[in-house]
Amino acid sequence: MFKQSPTRPPKQYPKPPEGTWTEHYPELGTAPVSYESSISPEFFELERKAIFERAWLNVGRVEQLRRNGSYFTRDLAVAKTSLIVVRGMDGVIRAFHNVCRHRGNKLVWTDDPRVETKGNCRQFACKYHGWRYDLDGTCSSILQEGEFFGIDKADYGLVSVHCEVWQGFIFVNLAKEPSQSLPDFLGPMITAIDYPFDKLTERYYYRGDIRSNWKVFLDAFQEFYHPPILHGRQNPVMSNPEYQQQGFYTMHFQIDGPHRVGSTSGGAGGLLRPEMYNPIERVFRSGLFGPWDPSEIVRGELPPGLNPGNKKHWGLDSFQIFPNFAIVFWETGWYLTYHYWPVAHDRLIFEANAYFVPPRNVRERLAQQLGIATIKEYALQDCGTLEATQMGLESRAVTSFPLGDQELMCRHLNKVVNDWVADYQRKCAEA
Amino acid sequence: MAEPLLPPEFADLEPFAAEWCLASEPERYAKRLASRMDELQAFYDAVFPRAEEAIAYLDRLPLHDLPDDAQRLLQLLYSLILVSFAVEIWRQPYIPDTGTASFELKLEPVP
Repeated sequence: MFKQSPTRPPKQYPKPPEGTWTEHYPELGTAPVSYESSISPEFFELERKAIFERAWLNVGRVEQLRRNGSYFTRDLAVAKTSLIVVRGMDGVIRAFHNVCRHRGNKLVWTDDPRVETKGNCRQFACKYHGWRYDLDGTCSSILQEGEFFGIDKADYGLVSVHCEVWQGFIFVNLAKEPSQSLPDFLGPMITAIDYPFDKLTERYYYRGDIRSNWKVFLDAFQEFYHPPILHGRQNPVMSNPEYQQQGFYTMHFQIDGPHRVGSTSGGAGGLLRPEMYNPIERVFRSGLFGPWDPSEIVRGELPPGLNPGNKKHWGLDSFQIFPNFAIVFWETGWYLTYHYWPVAHDRLIFEANAYFVPPRNVRERLAQQLGIATIKEYALQDCGTLEATQMGLESRAVTSFPLGDQELMCRHLNKVVNDWVADYQRKCAEA
Repeated sequence: MAEPLLPPEFADLEPFAAEWCLASEPERYAKRLASRMDELQAFYDAVFPRAEEAIAYLDRLPLHDLPDDAQRLLQLLYSLILVSFAVEIWRQPYIPDTGTASFELKLEPVP
């Protein structure tokens, strides 16, 4: 039996009939887990194939491709490839491997081939020998075509990648034939979300290069157990026992296939006693939980799919979309996305995007600025600490780790990753 | 005397304007890291008490068509936001326990 911890969550956050959230999902088990999968280069090679070349991956939003001819490149180290994502002259968004069919040159880049780029064009032209491609991938021109041997341009289009859009999020799938369509992969819990994403176009984009495994890093962003400790000094709210009681138990967990969500009371923006905020927060009416004053999109009913547990004091949902994408919705009407892009077993690129309704005046702009500045102060602490966790794990001095009921989402990710790898190995063995 | 950078109502903040009216977050964050605590404290002590008035002043103007002096005043408030963490919380320019990890703002709205 799962042993009951001596401190209990607030009464308004009842646990499922099984007694704990974890036991509500019996397939998760309650035993300590291994993090060998986060320190093994061999396991990382399996993850590349089993997960990142089979799952749907979010690579951006439609607002990044506003006009026909708009494109951006995404370098996916985990799949050892670069992609071109482009809105064609017909308005359709497509994805291609960013490789010229002639001699394999990376097709689209600017100044530095190791840096992603974006722009608007009518055709892609290779910098090396000038082969040209239409935005639908067709090879349109080969320089000195007559010098080649029995060549047909129709056979030399760009290598396409499966690409589908959900709620304005552009997903790709690197498999030759994905085993599921994007909606089937996302499943009912995620596809229930119908949010006015197109209204939140004020975007801030952070990027970090961190020396930890992607799952070790992601785990810190899918539990609310650590904030009062790791970030305790940052905010008088965090270290206040009263707030810890009301704010840092997850009120609702839900699992759907490889995806999961945790809901909390959020920040109760501006509702606590003034001395519980830093002076800057009181003047700018904002902080970790974003602007205190709700944006126009939350006036009225909550968008469908949010607050899936239908909880009374709901404040935020942290949707974790397998494998490496998260959307966090806040009660005051803004959202964050996180992407965890593995580079090696001990390194990742971490991306955080904050999206707001465009501010109508300076006061709203400043509240958004304080919100995103606060994210950085917190995230950098996580970055440093998770490099330390990676070091601790790599010692292998400890090989089995207990996870509490509040860490159910970490347990679930660990299991799903292992399941996908096992499934891949089984299919390889059968083939 | 050099041409004033800020609106006349905020002439008392001129001594900070040349160094702290910076257009982007990476510039402002680098400035914070390159400053001593006594410099950050002096900046905070001068600008924070004027923040309410500065917001009220700027709020009357169109966000996307600010006169140059008002835009610099807004940048000064952006700098105040970054400096506030060093002064109100960390008591040092750096965020503690962050090692060499990087986390950089690559895209932000203008102004």
